[in-house]
Amino acid sequence: MKKRYRFFALLLILALMASGCATTANKAFVTEESQVQLRSIQTRAFDTTDKKKMMQNVISTMQDLDFVIDKADFTLGSVTGNKYLGNAVITMSVTVRPRGEKQLLVRANAQYGTTSIEDAATYQDFFTALEKSIFLTAQQID
Amino acid sequence: MAAAISGCATLPTGFLKPGEGYLEKRSLQSRQYDTTDEKQILTAVAGVLQDLGFTLDDSESELGLVSASKKADATHGGQIAAAVMLDILGALGGASPNATAQCDKHQIVKASVITKPGLDGKKTVVRLTLQRIVWNMNNQVSRVETINEPQIYQKFFDGLSKSIFLEAQQI
Repeated sequence: MKKRYRFFALLLILALMASGCATTANKAFVTEESQVQLRSIQTRAFDTTDKKKMMQNVISTMQDLDFVIDKADFTLGSVTGNKYLGNAVITMSVTVRPRGEKQLLVRANAQYGTTSIEDAATYQDFFTALEKSIFLTAQQID
Repeated sequence: MAAAISGCATLPTGFLKPGEGYLEKRSLQSRQYDTTDEKQILTAVAGVLQDLGFTLDDSESELGLVSASKKADATHGGQIAAAVMLDILGALGGASPNATAQCDKHQIVKASVITKPGLDGKKTVVRLTLQRIVWNMNNQVSRVETINEPQIYQKFFDGLSKSIFLEAQQI
């Protein structure tokens, strides 16, 4: 009788271990687009080396798009914010880093709820707004 | 909470396009102050957020950012009264609408303040943005929204003007 309990206990432990192996963690690393394609959709280069000004423009563009800025780091060049659309949360982070001597690379990536945005047109909308914001600053119009 | 929010299946498009009236929103959320001392303004911002009962979550002085949040009561007498009425009427009709459970209970307000130099180089622009998450009596997220009431923004900026003065006087 005692042996049988031990057997069941062992079975139970094995079952628990097996179910622990079937993790859903890999679901978080699935992307629809290829790595190269995703980068080209999410990244733009700008002919300026003024990182601070670029980051200020990124922040004000995000604010114009209704984002509330949660975090920013000048050294890393990152800005993170989120906005509410209906009952959904859109989270977006933008990074600014130098590209060569004369350019800055700006990369945006956004999530809608638990879905990563991989739609080129959506990112184009953001970069269009960003371009406009930089233009506005250059032209001294507020 | 994340599960409650992410229930939507189809992805909308165009949500990274500036909406109509974004310029009005910008002016509602921004004020200019006659100083180029951004650090002083940021200190005053942190002070006024604390005055309003917020706790600071993050800050970056190089870029001029302070983000903060506050948990607050969200119960509303009128809403509860209406829900109780509905429940009584429902009970009389043999149904149990349980509308009181859907009433707002508490909320988290998130504030984010950005400072940047004005375009003329003599002023500092301060822009505040506010959001809130509201939970109902069942402790479920009932809604998330951007706060757009002008008087709330005005209250913050009134406080900021005072705070700048107090900081200058070392109070």
